[in-house]
Amino acid sequence: MTSARSPHFASRWLQLLSTALIHELRQRLRQPSQLLHPIGFAVLVALLFGFAVGPQPEKLTLVAPAALFIALLLATFLSMELLFSSDFEDGTLDALSASGRELVPILYGKALAFWLAQGLSLLLALPLLMVLLNISVSLAPVLIFTFVMVSLGLSFLGLIGSALTVRLRAGAMLLMLLILPQAVPLLIFSLGAINAAQLGDSTAAPLFYLSAVTLALFVLAPLAAKGVLSQAIGD
Amino acid sequence: MNKLWLYLNQLGSPPNFWRWSGPWMRVSFILALMLCGVGLYGGLVLAPMDYLQGETFRIIYIHVPAAVSSMSIFVFMAVQGAAALIWRIKICEIFVICAAPIGAMFTVLTLVTGMLWGKPTWGTYWTWDARLTSELVLLFLYLGVIALYQSYSDLRAGARAASVLAIIGVVNVPIIHYSVQWWSTLHQGETITLTGSKMHASMLWPLLVMFVASKLYFLGSLLLRARVTLIEQESGKAWVRQALSIDTSEATNKPGQTSVSI
Repeated sequence: MTSARSPHFASRWLQLLSTALIHELRQRLRQPSQLLHPIGFAVLVALLFGFAVGPQPEKLTLVAPAALFIALLLATFLSMELLFSSDFEDGTLDALSASGRELVPILYGKALAFWLAQGLSLLLALPLLMVLLNISVSLAPVLIFTFVMVSLGLSFLGLIGSALTVRLRAGAMLLMLLILPQAVPLLIFSLGAINAAQLGDSTAAPLFYLSAVTLALFVLAPLAAKGVLSQAIGD
Repeated sequence: MNKLWLYLNQLGSPPNFWRWSGPWMRVSFILALMLCGVGLYGGLVLAPMDYLQGETFRIIYIHVPAAVSSMSIFVFMAVQGAAALIWRIKICEIFVICAAPIGAMFTVLTLVTGMLWGKPTWGTYWTWDARLTSELVLLFLYLGVIALYQSYSDLRAGARAASVLAIIGVVNVPIIHYSVQWWSTLHQGETITLTGSKMHASMLWPLLVMFVASKLYFLGSLLLRARVTLIEQESGKAWVRQALSIDTSEATNKPGQTSVSI
């Protein structure tokens, strides 16, 4: 691995990443229904929360940020199964590993494309969810920032989860069981920031923690996913 | 170093493991049972009553060893998982998947005894406190490892996926723990640290005995499960037939009469 630190290596790496990213994004945008279904799902979960809590606005205000976050979280998870399964079934993953190319930049491209398309498209549902759940507009900046961070973190967690379940038929439910407990820190820090903003406190500490967890996932998850995938392909 | 490495590899080869694990399993089960008896007698009968909590404090003799085991078994799984992935040692894969149900059992035991203690002491079975919540998350991590292994039809591929999940979980457990702690806390801090104890010796010794007993029980239970899994995976190989003293010629004649002793 003498070439690992050469500029040539870095440029090849970036080229692979951007190729994978553009390819994945194009594929996702080709099927807009895949982007719209999670939005509909998130709005429905919020609606169910409204019905479950009751019509009093004061009661709803108490649980609203939690309901909104859980709706967004579950919607992200539902689309996560699509990260690798088709690539595994049609043999793209085998071809990639046989080609001898670096797998890590391709995984970065995949996760980032998932984040940009599936994760951020859920932001479109945010105004509607805020109206439905009676959340004040002053919280919007914190909500947007935390959701961008959480969906980035989840995309990289999902990379590991889908790599682990890529060979299994009924992977979606198992994926949830594997990934949901790992997502606890993301949930705690983002809701900590939202609660602090609601009370008028400084949101710096929870936001720094949230960013730290997300960045750790950003760095480590593709390496872990690469290890899992190369085994899944090898067997 | 090379000799040690060779020795460890020989120790881990399936027929060798089968040979040495039997006596070790029996000894650790017997010792665990004896120490458990001594520890429980010391904790439930001999130890003085707590001046504040009364008799309810005695549940720590089960609760604390189980809690420590629930966490240390996860670390054990991650270490074995790393060994299984790096050196492809079969017995390490088996250890990972066999340790998971035992760890889950200890986690459930911790949660249940904690709840039973919490009701008279805190006035509630459950509270969203940091340690309680992270213990519950730990249970779900165990269940994830077990579920992932069981969903694979290829046992070895399942074991390797479970190993990866155990390693990821071990990285994440401290993060989950501290994030939850930051979120809320009610549970008391550590009473016993490596440097000293705030407990009186008359209350402490049964606890230490129970610690050792729980570890020995884990070892015995792990070896028993590993032996059964090993036989299942290796069934059909010559050494298994030899070890279980199944005479093949006899087995084909009278299939119902093969005697198996584990």
